Amino acid sequence: MSRILRPRGGLAVSRRGLLRGGAVAVGGFALSGCDDLWRADAAKGVLTRAEGLHRWSQRALGGEALAREYTRADLSPRFRANGSRGVADAAYRRQLGEGFAGWTLRVEGLVARPLDLSLAALKDLPQRSQITRHDCVEGWSAIGQWRGPQLRGVLRLAGLSEQARYIVFHCADLYHGRPYYESIDLADAFHPQTILAWQMNGAPLEEAHGAPLRLRVERQLGYKHAKFVTRIVAVDSLQDVYGGKGGYWEDVGDYAWYAGI
Amino acid sequence: MAGTKVQESEQGGSRVILRHRLSTRLWHALNALTLLVLLMSGLMIFNAHPRLYWGEYGANYDASWLKVSSARIGAREFGFVQVANFRVETTGALGLWEDQDGRLQRRAFPYWMTLPSRYSLALARIWHLAFAWGLALGLLGYLLWSLLNGHLRRDIHIARKEWHPRAIWRDVTAHARLRFPRGEAARHYSVLQKLAYASVLFILLPGMIATGLAMSPGTDAWAPLLTQAVGGRQTARSLHFVFAFGLVLFFGVHMAMVVLAGPIKHLRAIVTGRMRIEKEPS
Repeated sequence: MSRILRPRGGLAVSRRGLLRGGAVAVGGFALSGCDDLWRADAAKGVLTRAEGLHRWSQRALGGEALAREYTRADLSPRFRANGSRGVADAAYRRQLGEGFAGWTLRVEGLVARPLDLSLAALKDLPQRSQITRHDCVEGWSAIGQWRGPQLRGVLRLAGLSEQARYIVFHCADLYHGRPYYESIDLADAFHPQTILAWQMNGAPLEEAHGAPLRLRVERQLGYKHAKFVTRIVAVDSLQDVYGGKGGYWEDVGDYAWYAGI
Repeated sequence: MAGTKVQESEQGGSRVILRHRLSTRLWHALNALTLLVLLMSGLMIFNAHPRLYWGEYGANYDASWLKVSSARIGAREFGFVQVANFRVETTGALGLWEDQDGRLQRRAFPYWMTLPSRYSLALARIWHLAFAWGLALGLLGYLLWSLLNGHLRRDIHIARKEWHPRAIWRDVTAHARLRFPRGEAARHYSVLQKLAYASVLFILLPGMIATGLAMSPGTDAWAPLLTQAVGGRQTARSLHFVFAFGLVLFFGVHMAMVVLAGPIKHLRAIVTGRMRIEKEPS
């Protein structure tokens, strides 16, 4: 026990001892048992395979269902920014200073016509505006308004190939020194609410929220909503992209690629 | 299945009855394991954002009704649990505690309560979401089976005469005096037992599953009424936590009753299904 933790009276020590003793008796099995079990690949394999069941059941029951949309009265007074709140990259800093006037979004990979789309070109496409709830994997939620072209419109413009299975989003930011990226499959890529948002709550996207462009994939958790998107690549497999698991958190931290629950 | 007469055998002044059917015993064992894993992994998930809110949204800038955290006043650092504006210091147990390596940690629930024991939201979610299937399918199967074999009607259903305040009061005082039913009366659940089991079967466990699903952005798209009926995603998260502690409370009382009413007898009953009851003196 450190000094800070030592309570003033002797009673508290014994009560805590009692509490801990009782809990060890109850949870002892799970505490050591499950930590050990996790190290066994078989258990890890079975448990992680449940992710497929989550995705399958959600897709079977959900189909094309739209995420709930709210009104302006429901907006969070202040929308928490998470992950990278800024980008250190010199080119990005310069573009930010210029209001992203010379910035372009690259669309490439398994497409007939690779594209370089300026912010003005993205704004000229048919726009979708939606007020949705952003659910973080940590448990908090915030409601915000988003506006931008549908991803499916951009993919059609580029002429998505028949072989494409996933859309990968490359971001300008490094998170803890590693490039952030995310990916979704075509079911989500062609979903009407999947947009490339350049506007939030009626104003151009702030840096903390991923300026100039962030993905909105409304039926999944926050870490799928890639910020600072600079490049979109259509691929047939995620295996050769960075760690091969389809996203930053998927690669570094055992987070599920399908984040609908 | 409080005591159907299958395979009864008489021995002197007592006889053995079948107290719990196989379906009850299997489900009970599966649930004991499943709920322990779900609770411990759930506490780890809570550690990722140790605040609870009401309504659809809620994050750090919004008012929380419950918060587990740590703070520092001068040189003194302490852990606390805060409900609305009421704060209780919990240093050593919640909010600020020492981990298995003697390191000071500022997370809500300590390592010996969580799964895994070291902070990992991702692994806790893998455990939690996989075992949630066991809870949901197990409950569904058990309720259907118990409906078909009459367990719910015969043993859990509370008859009108049992709802009589005097009958309930009689059972309350009997429990308070630690007078447990003997002989023929021990074959059936008392009204308080029925109320406790019915609350778990029809309120707490379905409530856990409903509020859990209501937190999923995927489910909210195809079943928006669920989240709306609950009162919003953050309300669902709060209720998920409240129901979980309802189950912990049930577990505490359940264990106390087993210990007071004869731990060997009842452990034997939940494992083998059989229980010895004394014959009523005639």
